[in-house]
Amino acid sequence: MRKKNKIKITVNGKQIAVNLKFSLKNLIDKLKLPIKKVAIELNREIVNKKRISKIILKSGDKIEIVNFIGGG
Amino acid sequence: MSKKDQFIVGKKKFSSRLIVGTGKYKNMSDCAKAIKISGADIVTVAVRRVNIIDKSKPLLMDYIDPKKITYLPNTAGCFTSEEALRTLRLAREIGGWKLVKLEVLGDKKNLFPDTIETLKSTEILTKEGFNVMVYCNDDPLMAKRLENAGASAIMPLAAPIGSGLGIQNKINLRIIRSQTKLPLIIDAGIGQASDAVVAMELGCDGVLINTAIAKAKIPFEMAEAMKFAVIAGRKSFLSGRIQPNLFGSASTSNKGLI
Repeated sequence: MRKKNKIKITVNGKQIAVNLKFSLKNLIDKLKLPIKKVAIELNREIVNKKRISKIILKSGDKIEIVNFIGGG
Repeated sequence: MSKKDQFIVGKKKFSSRLIVGTGKYKNMSDCAKAIKISGADIVTVAVRRVNIIDKSKPLLMDYIDPKKITYLPNTAGCFTSEEALRTLRLAREIGGWKLVKLEVLGDKKNLFPDTIETLKSTEILTKEGFNVMVYCNDDPLMAKRLENAGASAIMPLAAPIGSGLGIQNKINLRIIRSQTKLPLIIDAGIGQASDAVVAMELGCDGVLINTAIAKAKIPFEMAEAMKFAVIAGRKSFLSGRIQPNLFGSASTSNKGLI
């Protein structure tokens, strides 16, 4: 069944469907991510975290969300 | 350490000359415990995708408080300048980190740095306001070029990353030491505490250790050994060693000998 009110986006290499007019902030909240501990890239451009509520996601957007892990 | 002997990188003062990596530990609580015992106040960290499927996975920041320990984001796993720049720009975005460790690898087997990509990245990152600590080969000419490009610290390898082979080229390290006032930190190849002592006795400003601690049979004991090794080596260097002599020199005076 095709859902007309959904768009497909890619987050960290995985395709997911979200509602129309879904903001980047909505996505971060949906994923329950601590905003202070991550950085976000939208279509290879770094996003200013203060502006995430103003960024509305579009179909085909590619989002990368990264954090720090153990490393040498 | 005395107040006069300060360890300063990128205009920041640090109390320990031992920098430790946070990779390869059994779990995060072991990692945090080893760091505490090591006395390090800088730890290297890597930038990776957040696990969006399993969000129960613990976060590094929950175990190691970036307010208490300085995070040094690295570019582990990057093989091009483009990848390294992307990684460090993201690291800065997480929480304003400007002091970073650049590591652009050139070969998957020996993990040697790609010097051309490293130099290119150092120039760009410096212009963007980063304080760049640079993983490099123990090549004095390259070290000079990186310094001229604006590096905040020169971080030559002692041996391949994770090899534990110890210091392979003391001569080159001594030459690099003699030509630069920048912090000189051994970045890779340390296997045991004596390697760290030797590095410090050569006049290095610090040592970065990950595998030798994380993969030791008893990581916490090794963390402590490395802590003391770095302190001992530094003190030994500053104390001014005696001239080596081919022949013996009695420690006791012959005066009053019966």
